[in-house]
Amino acid sequence: IANSYNRPTLIQLQNTREEEEEQQTTAQQEEQTKRWEATELEEEHVHDAAVPPLAGDPPAADPPSPPPSKDDFQEELVIRPLHSGDIYASFQFRTVWDADFMGDQKVSHYRLFPKSLGQVITKFSVRELHISFTQGYWRTMQWGQPYLPSPPGAELWVWFQDTVTDVDGTWKELTNVLSGIFCASLNFIDSTNTVQPSASFKPLGIGNVTDHSFLRYATLPREIVCTENLTPWKKLLPCGSKAGLSVLLKSEKLFHSTFHSQAVHVRPVCQDPQCRTTSMELRQTLNVVFDLHTSGQGKREWSLFKMFSRTLTEACPLASSSKVYVDVTDNPQGEQFELSPATPLLTQAVVLGDRRTYSVYDLTQQASFGSSRSLNMLLRWKMLRPLLHSERYVAGYGLQAGEIHTLIYNHHPYRAFPVLLLSAVPWYLRLYIHTLTVSSKGKDNRPSYIHYQPSKDRERPHLLEMLLQLPPNSVTEVTVEFERALLKWTEYTPDPNHGFYVGSSVISALVPSVVAMDTNSTLDRPLFSSFFPCKEEASYFMRVYTEPLLVNLPTPDFSMPYNVICLTCTVVAVGYGSLYNLLTRTFQVDEPSPGLAKRIANVIRRFRGVPLL
Amino acid sequence: MAAPLALLLIVAVTIRAALFRTSLANLISERVEVVSPLNAWKRVVEGLALLDLDISPYSGDVFHETPMVIYLFHFLMDYAEITFMLADCLTAVALYLAVKDYNKQVFRKQKFALEADRIPMDCLELIRSPTEMYYIPLKVAMFYLLNPFTIVSCVAKCTCGLNNAVIALFILSTMRGSALLSAIFLALATYQSIYPLTLCVPALLYLLQRLYIPVNVRRSSFWFYTLQYLFMFLGSLLVLICLSFFLLGSWDFLPAVYGFILSVPDLTPNIGLFWYFFAEMFDHFRLFFLCVFQINVFFYTLPLSIKLKEHPVFLIFMQIALIAIFKSYPTVGDLSLYMAFLPVWNHLYRFLRNIFLVSCVLLACSALFPVLWHLWIYAGSANSNFYYAITLLFSVAQVPVCLSPSLLSSRESSSKTALFTHSLLF
Repeated sequence: IANSYNRPTLIQLQNTREEEEEQQTTAQQEEQTKRWEATELEEEHVHDAAVPPLAGDPPAADPPSPPPSKDDFQEELVIRPLHSGDIYASFQFRTVWDADFMGDQKVSHYRLFPKSLGQVITKFSVRELHISFTQGYWRTMQWGQPYLPSPPGAELWVWFQDTVTDVDGTWKELTNVLSGIFCASLNFIDSTNTVQPSASFKPLGIGNVTDHSFLRYATLPREIVCTENLTPWKKLLPCGSKAGLSVLLKSEKLFHSTFHSQAVHVRPVCQDPQCRTTSMELRQTLNVVFDLHTSGQGKREWSLFKMFSRTLTEACPLASSSKVYVDVTDNPQGEQFELSPATPLLTQAVVLGDRRTYSVYDLTQQASFGSSRSLNMLLRWKMLRPLLHSERYVAGYGLQAGEIHTLIYNHHPYRAFPVLLLSAVPWYLRLYIHTLTVSSKGKDNRPSYIHYQPSKDRERPHLLEMLLQLPPNSVTEVTVEFERALLKWTEYTPDPNHGFYVGSSVISALVPSVVAMDTNSTLDRPLFSSFFPCKEEASYFMRVYTEPLLVNLPTPDFSMPYNVICLTCTVVAVGYGSLYNLLTRTFQVDEPSPGLAKRIANVIRRFRGVPLL
Repeated sequence: MAAPLALLLIVAVTIRAALFRTSLANLISERVEVVSPLNAWKRVVEGLALLDLDISPYSGDVFHETPMVIYLFHFLMDYAEITFMLADCLTAVALYLAVKDYNKQVFRKQKFALEADRIPMDCLELIRSPTEMYYIPLKVAMFYLLNPFTIVSCVAKCTCGLNNAVIALFILSTMRGSALLSAIFLALATYQSIYPLTLCVPALLYLLQRLYIPVNVRRSSFWFYTLQYLFMFLGSLLVLICLSFFLLGSWDFLPAVYGFILSVPDLTPNIGLFWYFFAEMFDHFRLFFLCVFQINVFFYTLPLSIKLKEHPVFLIFMQIALIAIFKSYPTVGDLSLYMAFLPVWNHLYRFLRNIFLVSCVLLACSALFPVLWHLWIYAGSANSNFYYAITLLFSVAQVPVCLSPSLLSSRESSSKTALFTHSLLF
């Protein structure tokens, strides 16, 4: 069992006859552009040969001296769009070390394998260790099977080596130590929630142990998983969260998801097909399901940046393989959606009883990152192209003037048809009809009929109706300039800085039809097909509404009507006062009055009867 | 004297023609200080476009020019730039000739006074020499043509340049003593924008003074002449309005032009006092304050005429200034007309109070208008109060400019001098 599990799950198809047939029948064109991935067996061979060659890595990443025992690190990310619209991302980081933990000799020189975990395994004579932390419940009915299932909360199961005498005591100690390593409440595991399953949990690595007294299994369903569990988990990775796929593991996005599960699996595996020697394998897995419907405005598009708020810039330099797989099984001809950047590499894998097709991005190849030196995979759903649709927006900046642009698309390849465009614009956007321009394909397209009714302030809006001929396969642009009015302060809405809405323009058109329309109105037809009366066979009536516009207007300061009234009236009063001064002032010649001393002297002189000064 | 004037006209036209060719013209024509909803060139074009679409230009609330203007530009559309440059030149020449005539009279009066020995010794410094007076008309023309306010107004093709030309022609015909032409031009100016109606009184006073008819209610000659002038004025106004009616076939233009001027429905910011006041006004007080503010323009005419009945030219200046300050949609073009008259009273500058401060405020405000407008409308880092504060300050600064020449009671001058100046030298 163990050997077969350890085999690579990817089944290569290149040389098998049936797959060649399938390629010929399904993807004749793809064959020229896309190629299937190289055989996994070659990679296995490479692993066995020597130190893993790190293709495309900078020389600094090479180990300074060859380690005494071989170790190898691989990283992988699988992205699978789920049928519910959610996105399932599954990370796996695998470290294999040709060291014998079970032997007597002490392992002390660690390179890629985390020392903290290695020491625990040695000290407690652990044969296999499986620990998982999960937030949320995997909804199999909606999402299908996960690659690595795990129960909500924390789960821990351990196979001890048969040299352990006091299994319960070691278990108790181990849980406490793991509790410290992973910052989790594993110390709550005691005899009340520990069981010894007899048949369900067989060892997943080599060794056919049947004595289930060396197995301990416990779950803590209440365990809350959060950042403090993720950080120690990331520390076990050779590149930490500095490079490679692990840069995507940012807690602010990972825990903003419907399902999050992280796990550590340690087990002995065969080193070679003959299973002469064993190595220790550490698999760190992280599964997350993003609900991009709610966080992504209901769109099914996704991208690495949208999910993780990071993009990939390089592979982990220590990794021998670093790949991203995207499940494209539902898109065999590429007509449903497109992946960008496109990758020519495809692979198929049988997993969970289902054969699925994956696009592969090899991060060890510099070409995967393109010229921008960053990889942000994104998936776009192919759009439907209706014959007639339209867009409208406001151009210009500032709060003084602007321009309303209406774009009308005619996607018909060879037929021109007329449309009626109606816009009703509120009076506070003063339209200038002399600035109206209509152009299609860079040429002036004069409307054959224009009905324009200018607005009256606070009475009626602008009404602009025109008949336009849309050339085949073209965009017709209608622009008109407007000026924003300053309103009275009571005319603003309670949230004036939100802006003012301009209702949708209405485009009514007789669109040429490919099939003959049914003009017999007496015939009993379904309700949805009989709303617009149909007069001709060759065309059908259609109405398209553009987006409403949101336009900001300049606003007065709403908090100071009293101040404004006072200040303006003061200025008017200054003017009035000056004029009043001018009007009422009379000028007359006046002798300068004598000083105080002189006046006193004169009073004294009057008493004395002496002539005044 | 014709050569410097011709040179001045050439320089002024060159500056304008050069500015028309630059991208500044577009920028200036959208400045709210330069154009108002009443006289923006963009709205004239819009009115013509509406006319082309067989829609009455007055059915909407964009076009507020008089029917005459729209028919003028119906024919002159392609020569609009030349029309506006010509209007500016016409204004300058008319002002030049008018001031020249006026100076002749002042000089004659001064000579009589000197001969009669009625001038006290300490007032001799106020006597103007013929050389001084010789250059005043040229200065007036220069003040009008080279004033940056006039230039931007012309480059923006603001139709207030045309109104200024009509008012200048009215002043010229009044100075020349032609009652009929004076009444016709006054009617034209009134027809364009109601406010010049107030100029009727000073014109009448001047014409009476010129014919030596005393202003006396008991005298039949006074009444005869007054009624004659008023009849000519009202008659031509009626003719103009009826002509407009026959051009358009409807009376729509009356509410669209005069109703718009008087009821101020468009609160687009400008340099005046109305826009922010009525944007912030409580609805139930709106009509009351509207009446108060509009009466403000007409209110001073009668008392000022009584007070300054000996100095009708100065009264014309004051009325033009008051209109520019208190009208509902003022632009810088209105300012430039009364600023052109300042050289006429240059011998009185020594009595002006705070003239340095006022000039600095006017200059600073002119520079701050675009800055604060940008901060409010484009940058969003300021709000409307900033722009409002500047318009307020601008209006406050204009009051002393128009009133100071009359307030001569400065403390430095002796009251005797003031009395003398007041009675004689306006």
